[in-house]
Amino acid sequence: MTQLFAKMEIDRRLVGLAAVLLIIWIGFDIASGGRFITPRNIFNLSVQTASVAVMACGMVLIIVTRHIDLSVGSILGVLAMIMGVIQADILPQFLGYNHPMTWIITLMAGLAIGALIGGIQGVAVGYLGVPAFIVTLGGLLVWRGAAWWVTQGRTVAPLDANFMLMGGGIHGTIGATWSWIVAAIAICAIIYNALISRRRRLAFEFPVKPVWAEWTNVCLMAGLVLAGIGTLNAYMLPSRAAEKILENRGIPVTPENLEISHGIAIPLLIVALVAIVLTIVAKRTRFGRYVFAIGGNPQAAELAGINVKRMTVAVFALMGVLCAISAAISSARLQSAGNDLGTLDELRVIAAVVIGGTSLAGGLGTIYGALIGALVMQSLQSGMALLGVDTSLQSIVIGLVLVLAVFSDKYFHRRYSDPSA
Amino acid sequence: MSNSNAGKNPLVEMRDIHLSFGGIKAVDGVSIDLYPGEVVGVLGHNGAGKSTLIKILAGAYTPDSGEIIVDGRAAKIENARDARDNKIETIYQNLALADNLDAAQNLFLGREIVSKTGFLDDVAMEHKAREVLHRLNPNFKKFNAPVAALSGGQRQSVAIARALLFEARILIMDEPCAALGVQETRMVGELIDQLKKDGLGILLISHDLHDVFDLSDRLHVMKNGQLVGTVRTEDVNHDDVLGMIILGKMPDHLIHLAGPGATNVPAPA
Repeated sequence: MTQLFAKMEIDRRLVGLAAVLLIIWIGFDIASGGRFITPRNIFNLSVQTASVAVMACGMVLIIVTRHIDLSVGSILGVLAMIMGVIQADILPQFLGYNHPMTWIITLMAGLAIGALIGGIQGVAVGYLGVPAFIVTLGGLLVWRGAAWWVTQGRTVAPLDANFMLMGGGIHGTIGATWSWIVAAIAICAIIYNALISRRRRLAFEFPVKPVWAEWTNVCLMAGLVLAGIGTLNAYMLPSRAAEKILENRGIPVTPENLEISHGIAIPLLIVALVAIVLTIVAKRTRFGRYVFAIGGNPQAAELAGINVKRMTVAVFALMGVLCAISAAISSARLQSAGNDLGTLDELRVIAAVVIGGTSLAGGLGTIYGALIGALVMQSLQSGMALLGVDTSLQSIVIGLVLVLAVFSDKYFHRRYSDPSA
Repeated sequence: MSNSNAGKNPLVEMRDIHLSFGGIKAVDGVSIDLYPGEVVGVLGHNGAGKSTLIKILAGAYTPDSGEIIVDGRAAKIENARDARDNKIETIYQNLALADNLDAAQNLFLGREIVSKTGFLDDVAMEHKAREVLHRLNPNFKKFNAPVAALSGGQRQSVAIARALLFEARILIMDEPCAALGVQETRMVGELIDQLKKDGLGILLISHDLHDVFDLSDRLHVMKNGQLVGTVRTEDVNHDDVLGMIILGKMPDHLIHLAGPGATNVPAPA
């Protein structure tokens, strides 16, 4: 089995993580009498995971560089408030309500302020030499306080109609046709990627994995994409919402027409986009290479001419930008911005990243691992909620799972640590 | 002088180098040289000033006075980049490699090959890495493993290959055989022989005579910041060199080569 994975060049840790996720899903499905693995629940999971998943992608880079960011939940809170005020109080004075530019201006402002906040923390860590743990622990208090301060505690609502699409409500999905198009694009990309990298390696006469392994990998990934998107497409809009949409489009309402799919939720698309971009950044750019080099040996990185301080600022600024995206997703989902938004998210994000196999010692971690980690966390939480477990017990379970995940990772890593794997 | 370097120009010369740290003369009027295709050991106890001297050449310290001449021209070496520009590369004792990256990623760290689109060209880097490492160490196979998984000798190969990629002509190796096993030490020895044939000049820094005696053509011995003397390895035995390191005493038959730090030479009146 191990050799099989080695031949296929599949990360064993990823297999373990996927197995854990599968066990959790099947377990909850059995315990809830078949209510967990349903199109509806999978769709909800995808939307609920989105905000934490986006931040987890950035947290991977932070932890890989041997830092930590405890302030992401608070930064999310203050950015959600600022974006709330911009779209609900400021822009309508000039553009009127629900102007098509409102959401773009709001989001851009949020991203810029997020980068600024993250950058400030990065300067404190990189240039002033204050440990990230302390800087961001301070940040946790500062930005949560700032979130209250934006409106003196008033919850901002209603938000801009277009902005709210990012939250993935009934309108915030792309429907069946577009979902299938996305699936087709994804599968083409998977095949293209496999072909190109194989051809490059063959051109230099490097060893490549056997053809069967290549195809198995491609088929596995394509199968996952199809299954996932098929599931999301199988979740139909409630009939009343479908009726409304049909009326708006001027299509006669008949029983067949009423079968309208949700398809992929916009927040899930955002997660996919963020994850793909950051994976490319991590693997294929100098920036990403330097992030990992700094995590592996800061001194060596410095000697190689890498500006470690500037890199630190950049990584924290990137984290701030991702907090802005998450702030948009979570406030849009709740259709309002409250100053307690994102409370305890820092723990969910760090847990997701650590469960996803990122080493707290730095130098090691993957974006896709963090995504699965986020899904594991959210599955546990949603599953327990579905079974009617008290929130207090939920916290206990999730806390234990986090510790167990780190322990098992350390244990298996030490035990089966095969350097060539 | 009738040695094998006759007729050649030195690759690098350090002339009358002085450096003090708050009243302590770490390097006190030391002059050394290095010829192409030559391995020179710099020996001395901890605190003898050998590391400081070499760090001046590597650009980590700037001397109070003295000259560094590379290829017959006075060179200004104020930082690691200047040293690199003068084709001087240092391989540090603690091996400045990022353990989590693989060999090729380490070789190209800080000067990655990028494709036209601006993305890293890992395949091209691996190709070049295979070329360079194959020349150094034909047994090197672990190209896709993080260097943490490599043996000490293999890591040393990667560190040396990194210097060669910079087209170094002067290689400074700080305690090259520290923490290596017998097998590995022999491997590093073979590597050094190989580089010597390629015409590089190599400075080996060590406080352990046995590490460098067999590898070196000449030895510069330092004590208390001063040069005890410079001898050809073939002219001396271990005891002679130990006497130089510990007592600062030149061997009697070589007394005419004594430097300012030698204790058995009457101080000039």
